[in-house]
Order: sequence, then structure tokens, then C-alpha cells
Amino acid sequence: MDRRDFLALSTLFTGAALSPSFFGKAIAAEQLQDTIDVAVKKRLADAAMSAATGAGASYCDVRVGRYLRQFVITRERNVQNIVNTESTGVGVRVIADGSWGFAATNEMTEDAVAAAARQATAIAKANARIQTAPVQLAPTPGVGEVSWRTPIKKNAMEVPIEDKVNLLMSVNDAALGAGASFVNSLLFLVNEQKYFASTDGSYIDQDVHRIWAPITVTAVDKTTGKFRSREGLSAPMGLGWEYMDGRAEDKFVLSNGLTTYGNSYDMKEDAIAAAQDAQAKLKAPSVKPGKYDLVLDPNHLGLTIHESVGHPLELDRVLGYEANYAGTSFATIDKRDAKFKYGSEIVNLFADKTQVGSLGAVGYDDEGVKTKRWDLVKDGTLVDYQAIRDQAHILGKSESDGCCYADSWSSVQFQRMANVSLAPGKTKMSTADMIAGVDNGIYIAGRGSFSIDQQRYNAQFGGTVFYEIKGGKLGPMIEDVAYQMRTPEFWGACSAICDESDYRMFGSFFDGKGQPSQVSAVSHGSSTTRFDGINVINTARSLG
Amino acid sequence: MSILTEAQAKSILDKVIALSTADQTSAQLSGGVTGNVRFARNDISTSGIVDNSELGVQVSFGKRVGTATINQFDDASLERVVRRAESLAKLAPENPEFMPIVGKQTYRPTETYSEATAALTAEARAKIAEASILPCRKQKLIAAGFLEDGSTFFAHANSNGNFGYQRSTVADYTCTVRTEDGRGSGWVASNVKDIAKFDPAADVQIAMRKVAASAEAKALEPGKYTVILEPAAASGLISFMLNFFDARSADEGRSFLSKQGGGNKLGEQIMDPRVNMYTDPWDPTVPVLPWDGEGLPRERVKIIDQGKLANLQYSRFWANKQGKPETADWGNTIMEGGTKSTAELIAGTERGILVTRTWYIRMVDPQTVLLTGLTRDGTFYIENGQLQYPIKNFRFNESPVIMLNNIEELGRSVRVEDGSLMVPPMKVRDFTFTSLSDAV
Repeated sequence: MDRRDFLALSTLFTGAALSPSFFGKAIAAEQLQDTIDVAVKKRLADAAMSAATGAGASYCDVRVGRYLRQFVITRERNVQNIVNTESTGVGVRVIADGSWGFAATNEMTEDAVAAAARQATAIAKANARIQTAPVQLAPTPGVGEVSWRTPIKKNAMEVPIEDKVNLLMSVNDAALGAGASFVNSLLFLVNEQKYFASTDGSYIDQDVHRIWAPITVTAVDKTTGKFRSREGLSAPMGLGWEYMDGRAEDKFVLSNGLTTYGNSYDMKEDAIAAAQDAQAKLKAPSVKPGKYDLVLDPNHLGLTIHESVGHPLELDRVLGYEANYAGTSFATIDKRDAKFKYGSEIVNLFADKTQVGSLGAVGYDDEGVKTKRWDLVKDGTLVDYQAIRDQAHILGKSESDGCCYADSWSSVQFQRMANVSLAPGKTKMSTADMIAGVDNGIYIAGRGSFSIDQQRYNAQFGGTVFYEIKGGKLGPMIEDVAYQMRTPEFWGACSAICDESDYRMFGSFFDGKGQPSQVSAVSHGSSTTRFDGINVINTARSLG
Repeated sequence: MSILTEAQAKSILDKVIALSTADQTSAQLSGGVTGNVRFARNDISTSGIVDNSELGVQVSFGKRVGTATINQFDDASLERVVRRAESLAKLAPENPEFMPIVGKQTYRPTETYSEATAALTAEARAKIAEASILPCRKQKLIAAGFLEDGSTFFAHANSNGNFGYQRSTVADYTCTVRTEDGRGSGWVASNVKDIAKFDPAADVQIAMRKVAASAEAKALEPGKYTVILEPAAASGLISFMLNFFDARSADEGRSFLSKQGGGNKLGEQIMDPRVNMYTDPWDPTVPVLPWDGEGLPRERVKIIDQGKLANLQYSRFWANKQGKPETADWGNTIMEGGTKSTAELIAGTERGILVTRTWYIRMVDPQTVLLTGLTRDGTFYIENGQLQYPIKNFRFNESPVIMLNNIEELGRSVRVEDGSLMVPPMKVRDFTFTSLSDAV
């Protein structure tokens, strides 16, 4: 994930800074329900494609995008800012003389997009001079005029601002009443209205929705100078306002009362728990470093899957296209050919751009390919990667996997991580059953610090809350926990996976990759999972 | 519409201010053209150009604030954006921390613009890619890299009569060179205001020398080592730490700069006495805009003075609450150094490790700014003043605050990262490596 985007987001928390370049232009609430007329988008796309082919392009695709976001930002009893943003424009990508070229403009006229198409073609031709291998696209059938929409029940953009403010104020009040020194809460809503057209004969109109409701609760003990924060245990999701319903069937409760969430979120309940946990963290004992059996909650394990499976199995990294930035991958193609053991036999990891409720779900990707589910690791063995149209031929595949994405009309689309998930265990097992079998372990829930090397071997992860497990029973909260791992050994140490009834999704709005750097929203599903004999370090230090 | 002149920008902003019926109005107008070329596997992979301009309008009725932006500039669009901001302000609850807009200010311009960079073409970008790729092809090495250049204008105005306009350019280049067998990797980075000061052919040679020296790395045991951090390696930790100099967080007891018992550590010795840091918008090497996001004029301000905490960053609200003067956000940071190059620091080192780049740095514990991350693209063992052999990459768990207390020697400070930071190479004792990485 990209730290700079978190920092860009944090500027909004000041309630003062304008950041139009990242967040787009702000618009009045009532206009968030509008869309651009499809006929207008088609006219712009046709103008661009005609100009590109006229200038000598052999292929052209056009993305007419309207990207809407809404933020309601609070701390304690203050609403710091309410921001509605919109960014609209057209990105044109072409192949000319065997090379890619791209140009984007915010001018929504046929003349302007035609000029951008000619500019993209000129760029492609300038680059072709030193190109050794022409771009090769896997065939993708034109699908004509089609549309797709995230299957939301209630459009969060349509919920009145007053309701959102009241919700966050009640959440903050609850946290402060339960012992929080400070609380930040936020609603972050996304609607991507994306129109894709290509010279293959596709005109695809998509309406994509996402929601995120993060909280951070901090407890301060001024006498000791110690402070601790506890993040909320929600996940960003590809859902509508129904995610905020906090339905009983979506709650997962441990024997010690810790509650985690699935397809809906009880923000107020979690805020109270967060305040109590933040206070408890101030007094919790520091972990004794050593080897432990780890029991990892899905909203924690998702980030580990993201870094140690999702990224190394992106074909652009494997091939070296990301060598200068995000890095390469240890999981080279020769390893797939040699049936490399990625993990233990119970480990099945799959990519999926269709999972309902996931952040990555779309009908078609950003180069017009219909989305699907496919296997990456089967019974512990590496079997496949994530590839797009100009990479498929390298794997000997006849089609793209449909995981191409651009984060804006002004960004060029490229291979991005699909939702990569761990399949649930095949035999019945609850979290309680799993904990009962652990003699000396640590239960970890929620995301924390994360860092992994540029080939995705060596990683270190923290978490949100940690509990000791002794003799099959959950013990007290502990602090200063981070585990260090080497990817194949870690997945090789996977000894049990809870069944399907425990399956939930982790998510992130900020998967960072590419130059210029782009973000992508992605989910990772799993059930609670056990890893044996993992190295845990103590992260407490003193500044003297 | 690309780059607007000062008169064109002022004309649009004046119209916006005149259209508003709010108690107070401020507006920012910025835009420009950015171009890029990206290469990998010794071929160009993507290349593009983006033209975009945006107008942001913030209005207030009493303590209610609304913000809207737009990227169309005809009279009807200007009226629309103002009315949108006004309607949002009317929907917002009162913000008890509301601050009125700043009064009329005077800005002394900074030198942030280069005509040569603004004139860069697609053909010139392709040539820069070529200058990086061809020497690698000849030596059977694999180049991957990226150049992004941008030419931007920034203008702002408010209903108190304040106005500012300035143009800025930047070109940012990075290149990674790897051996065909993937056992060696070297990296180079350049960030310049003026493209004339950039020489890709010379830069790529640096990465090629590193790749040649980095293959066949040996494993050392993790532990505490004396390290020499090149500026690019040290900057990753230092720039991370600089995000946490907020006065309010320190006063609230939730920062490494909070004092036990309450208050902050202003005036306290928090680093080695040889550490000096300041911000200066007019610095000729790392110039930045002469105003911040609120329109306050930036000034030269000491941050760390002989290891003592000299200043914190105050928001306008917190400055007023604490009875402090309102000061602009720091746009850049200069860490002072000595006169020696990295090579001279190596020559004076009996035993140690040279780290040329750090990677994937994340916060582990904000209480101590404990950071974790890895070394990358060239890590070497030093003995008797000489690089002896390449070593495998390490993961570190270290706090930049502890690191800047463990300084042995500082070298000559240079421009790094995005062009808003100057950091010297530094020799540091007891730097904590916690595990080995197999990554190359």
C-alpha cells in the first residue's frame, strides 16, 4: 500500500487543506446521483477512436470517467470537514507502430479528445523508434453496448449528510464515554462512473460503489507519557449504505467478547470496544519474543495475503515491469513450471474479480475484458498468475485474466491485483475449535504495521489487538507484537483453516503500484487461520 | 488551458471572489502539464501526457465552511462552483475550530521554475529512456526506470485582498539496473528543477557500477552494526519522522515529542548536538512555494538546533489556542551536514555496512517512531576503509530518533526524494538489523 496516499488523506483531517489534484473537484450533495448521458460518452469515445486510427493507431481504447467521492471527517465532538468531490475527464490509450501511447484531458469536447488521441499516437510513434518487441494483445471479443452496476442495496451517496453527521457524532460520543482520550471517525464513499470503449467494438458503462468507515481511538496516560491507539475492526467494502446496518448475523464474537465483522458493521459498538481496548493496551504486558502458533483473524490475515500472495503473483512484477518501483517477485515462472510448493496442502488461494461485496468486483476490467475467478495456488502448489491483455501471450494463455485497472481517467490502465483470497477449510471448524487446539500461541485481529521486501520474501506484520493463547484458552491482551516471516515457509506452516461459516473479507482502498503511482481498491477473503511456529519479536523501545 | 499567466489567473480568481455572497471566500487555481516515460526489460513500457487545471473555492458563513472545485472556466462554471461551495457550507454544522481567512500577505518569490524543463517533448523523453536502456543492452544488463516531468502554475486569492502566483517545474528520474540472472541490482535517482542539470547517461552508469558490485552477496548475521547510510537511504527514515512534528499531537500527549506529565519537548535535547535541521523556502537547492495551503508566507525556521527541538508545526487554530504566532507549514527541510562525501566516510570506517537505499518503511510504534523497512539495490560490507563485498539485504527495526542520537559522522548534504529535502550521508553506530532478506 502507498503511504503517500494515506498522507494525502490525512490532509483532509486538518479540515483546512484543499487537495483537488488527488480528490477531484467538489460538488453539491444532490449532484452525486447524476451520471453523464451514455450517448455523450459514446460520441466522445467515437471521436477519439476515429482520430487515433486516422493518425495511424492500430488499436485505441477510451475511458470517459466521472469519479465521485464523499468524505465526512470528524474528531471528538467536531465535524472537521464535509467534502464532495468529482473528477471528470477522458483518457485515450493507443498502440501505434507496436508501442503504447497515452494522453488525457479534462476538456469534455469532441475536438479536445480527438487532439488527445492524436497526441497519444504521436507519443507511441516517438517511443517505437527504440522498441524491440511490439505490443501483443490477447484477443478480447467486442461486447457491444453493455452496462454493469455494483449490486448495492442503498446508495450511500443518497443518504442525507445530516444522518451521516449524526452517526459519526454518536460513535464519537460513545468512544469518549467509554474512556477514549481522542477519537477520529470518517466516512469515505466512492462512486466510479466508468465508460470504456475500444476499437474491438466494446462500449461498456459501469457504475461502481465502495464504502469505508474507519475510526481511530486513542488513550493517553500523561503521567507515564504513554499513548496507545486502537483502530476500528471494519473493512472497506464494495457495498452500499447497508454495510452500516450492523446486523447480528454479520458479527463474529470470541469467548473474551472481542467482536469482528463481516458483511455489515456496528460502528458504535466497535467504537466502545476500541475505547476499552485502547485503555487496556496502556497496561497490557509486553510480549516475550520467540516462536508462537499464530491464530489470525480474517481482517488481519487479509493484509498478509495481499503482501505475500497478491503482489508476488502479479505477472508484471514477475516479468520485471515493476523492477524500478514496487519490485520483482520470488515466484518466477520457472517455479510455476516446477510445481513450486507455495504453502501446505490445505492452502488454496484464488483470484476473483466477481466476488459480491468485494472492492475489486466489476463486470469488465479497464480494457474491456469480462471478469472471472481463477486459481493461483491449488493444494499448496503455485499454478498461475494475474495477467492482462499485453502479458497473456508470455504465459501461453489465449485470454487476459481481466485484472486491468486505472485509478482515474487521467491515469493509464495497467495490471492490478484482483481480490486474492484464501479458500475456507473443507472440514467444520470454528475459531473456538481452532484456539482449543493451540498450546502456546497468539491470536491477532485487525491490521497493523506491514512491510515486505521487493521480491516478497521477508515480511513483518503487526496487528490491532493481540491475545495470548495458553493451553487451548484465550488469555490476556498483550502488546508490542510483530511477526517476521519468509513467504514460502509461512504458508508452509499453515496448519488449519476455519470453515466457510467464518469467511470474511479484509480490504484496502490504497494498494499502491506503478509510476506514476496509482492506487487500487482490493479485498482479500479468508476464514480464521492457524500458522505454526512463527517468529515473534518485541517492538517496545525507549527514547530515554 | 495548460499554464496560465499571472494576469489570466488573477482575472479568474477576481471573478470568483466577486461572485461569492459568503462572509469569507478563498480560492486556489492550479494546473499544468505532466509528461512521463516508463521503461522496463530494456524497452519503453508506457508513456503519456496529462493536461489538467482545477479551481478550488472555500467559503464560510459564520463558522460553517464549504468547499467546491471545478475544472471549467467560463463565467457560468465559475458561478456554479461558487454556489456549490455556498450550498455545502449551509449544510455543514458549525466548526468550533473554524479560523477566519488570512489577511493580505506579502510573498518574496522563490526560484521554482525552469524554462528548459517546461519545454520537454515526447521525443526528448524517449531519448532519456534510450540513454538509460542502450548502455544496459550493450552490457547484457536489464534497465527499468521512469522519468516524470511537470510544469505547473499555482495561484490563490481571498476576499481580504490576498493574492499569490508562481510557476514551478520538476523532473524526477529513477532507474534500476539488474543482471540477467537477477542476482545483482543497482539503483540511481535524480530529482531536478532544471532538466539541463540532469544527465541520464552519467546517472545510469552509477546504477550499472552498483549492479556489478552487488552480485554474489554474502549473508551476515542480523544484529547491531555501524552503518553508513547514503542520503537516499537516510532520507527514508528522516522524512517519515518529519511527518510527526505536529504541535497539537505533542501537546495532547500522543507524539514522540510529548513530554511525560504533559506538554511537549520544545527546547529539549532530543538528538545528537551535531544534528541541525531547518526549513527555508528560498534555499537555492530545494526551493518551494513561498506560501502554505492557508496562504501564510513561509519563512526560514529552525527545527532542530544542535540536537534540541527548536520548533513544532502549529495549525492556525492550535497556534491561537496556545498563544503562539501563526506560522506557515514547512515546505521543505534541510538537514545540515559536513563536507565529506560518502566515499570519504567509507574511507574512515574500520568496520561497517554501507546502505545505499532503504525500502518499504512503515511505522511500528508511534510512541518511539520505531520504523521497520529493508535495505535494497546494493548493501556492502566495509572493512579498513574499503568496500569488501556485497551482503544480503537486511530488515531493520530502528527509530530515526535513536539513529540521530547515535551519529558518528555526517557528510555533505544533498537534494533527495521529491526535491523538498536535503540530507547528508551519515555514519551511525548500533543500527538495528533484525532479519535477513533473500530479495535482490
